[in-house]
Amino acid sequence: MKDNKIIKYIICVVVAIIAMIFLNFVLDSYKVRVLNLCFIYIILGLSMNLINGFTGLFSLGHAGFMAIGAYTVAILTMTPEMKEMNYYMKPMVSFLQQINMPFIVALIIGGLLAALFGFLIGAPVLKLTDDYLAIATLGFSEIIRVVIINLQSVTNGALGLKGIPQKTNQFFVKLLRDIFGISLSHSINLLWAGIGAIITIVFMFLLMKGSYGKAFKAIREDEIAARSMGVNLFKHKVMSFTIGSFLAGIGGGLLAVSLGTIDPTLFKFSLTWNIILIVVLGGMGNINGTIISAIVVTIAMEALRFLDEPLNLGFIQTPALPGLRMVVFSIILMTVIIFKKDNVLKSTLVKVRGRYAKN
Amino acid sequence: MLKIDNVTMRFGGVVAVNQFSAKIDPGEIVGLIGPNGAGKTTVFNMVTGVYKPTSGDIIFTPNGTSQSIINLRPDQIAQIGICRTFQNIRLFKELTVLDNVFIGSHLRLKSGIFSSVLRLPNYTKQEKAMYEKAKYLLEKVGLYEEKDEKSFSLPYGKQRRLEIARALATDPKLLLLDEPAAGMNPQETQELMEFIENIKEEFDLTIFLIEHHMEVVMGICDRIYVLDQGAHIADGDPLEIQNNPKVIEAYLGVD
Ligand SMILES: Nc1ncnc2c1ncn2[C@@H]1O[C@H](COP(=O)(O)OP(=O)(O)OP(=O)(O)O)[C@@H](O)[C@H]1O
Ligand SMILES: [Mg+2]
Repeated sequence: MKDNKIIKYIICVVVAIIAMIFLNFVLDSYKVRVLNLCFIYIILGLSMNLINGFTGLFSLGHAGFMAIGAYTVAILTMTPEMKEMNYYMKPMVSFLQQINMPFIVALIIGGLLAALFGFLIGAPVLKLTDDYLAIATLGFSEIIRVVIINLQSVTNGALGLKGIPQKTNQFFVKLLRDIFGISLSHSINLLWAGIGAIITIVFMFLLMKGSYGKAFKAIREDEIAARSMGVNLFKHKVMSFTIGSFLAGIGGGLLAVSLGTIDPTLFKFSLTWNIILIVVLGGMGNINGTIISAIVVTIAMEALRFLDEPLNLGFIQTPALPGLRMVVFSIILMTVIIFKKDNVLKSTLVKVRGRYAKN
Repeated sequence: MLKIDNVTMRFGGVVAVNQFSAKIDPGEIVGLIGPNGAGKTTVFNMVTGVYKPTSGDIIFTPNGTSQSIINLRPDQIAQIGICRTFQNIRLFKELTVLDNVFIGSHLRLKSGIFSSVLRLPNYTKQEKAMYEKAKYLLEKVGLYEEKDEKSFSLPYGKQRRLEIARALATDPKLLLLDEPAAGMNPQETQELMEFIENIKEEFDLTIFLIEHHMEVVMGICDRIYVLDQGAHIADGDPLEIQNNPKVIEAYLGVD
């Protein structure tokens, strides 16, 4: 009975991976990119939901942890020649200049560094009361940005990094060529983000099924009761926060590869806001909801891209309004929050609908 | 088992508990009574580490060795064997009845978070035992049928019993019950008294309880402490307390 279930899950995962390879062949590169973003936002949404939704902490630092992951991956995977081209204002410190690692190693290092920072920020703050966590994490993610801008010989400052290697699956490409005789013009871009998303989803389900996940939820429900039942609040909060930071770093690293170009402006608060949007829409503490809303938000974000461009409404021509997309999204978010919280509004709406339906 | 030694708890200008002492022996059921605002819950909060006494000491002797517990955190105190219920029920509302009790035994888990995620055998074995125990305790308090319901959906009396089951899951030596019979009807109260005596025997507990229902206090307590406005005014067995003029005065508010 139980073994059957596990086999079912394994089959699901295998099918998903095969589907990804297949999609990578049939979809055009734009669609692959959007799908890739969906996977990345699933990871990011779940990581924030672990901290904010499941454990009831209030962290606003996702962009900072993502920046750490993204810059780590970029710096560790770019070739020395690429780096030389990028760092024309100020040369890179030479030992970093020479480093060139396989993508997956760099990604894991990026995640671990983000986790380390998560621990270093979380530990002092969470020891007090987590009201300060929001402020501390918000401050941290701004500080990280300022550090990145000023640490020019490491991060190339405000110029950003271009030409981050996107062919991250040389191993698979070789495997396919040598064993199946299939040669690919472009790499299997989806695979890492897809595997990352699957691992994150499975990880979250298993974590929440177990005793630690339930202790996280207990902390969210009632801290005083949780600690009186012997749950070490500090230890559990730090665990949740550090794991969440790790996953945020992984998401950031994958994002860097998917974009190919990063710079400090990418990691402003609006990036954290996107993820908050996903978590709130999907439901605090809801894994399935987060997966769905990550996909919906990512696709909608692409589909509504026209809002940022000059609009021709027939009778009026508006100039380009960069940011209009986010305004629309924020309005959607607020509406959702109001409707979720305020049942009065909901029931009024039902009544109004009922009246019009009758007449 | 527990020795409360001259503790005082001051909140700003308010002296909630004033130089209170008490001693509880292993296997006893000891009551703590007093009018509203007397400082009873504050005594519990000090024993469970929620508040640190302004002065005085609290000594816990679970098995021969004594230790002062005033500098321990609440979770450490639960770890060494003191657990409690709350006057204003504090369940994990959104979690199921079963999970509420399950979490009670999380503190005895000997596996790390990654063993739990990877579901390594040493973890799953413990998890299975934790669930078995939770189910057993639910049967004991008569909530097995409701095990998959969310805890907030239970009626009041059942929520109180669930709190006791959750506290028992932590394997306490000393159990503190803050008004366990509050909001219960006479029949439920009667059942509760039998239940308390029953778990005391089965789990080899020492019990310290706050209660306003006099029939409960007089019915099951071996000894009783009386607090009034933070100060100890009497202690003794139920008969002595019932006939103590100071106690009658405090309760009737005679000057
Ligand atoms: N955290 C706190 N801060 C300030 N005052 C407090 C605090 N906790 C309790 N008190 C005060 O201490 C006094 C005793 O409160 P406590 O809750 O211990 O009374 P009690 O005997 O449990 O009463 P009841 O029968 O109503 O439960 C009250 O005057 C209360 O207002
Ligand atoms: Mg009280």
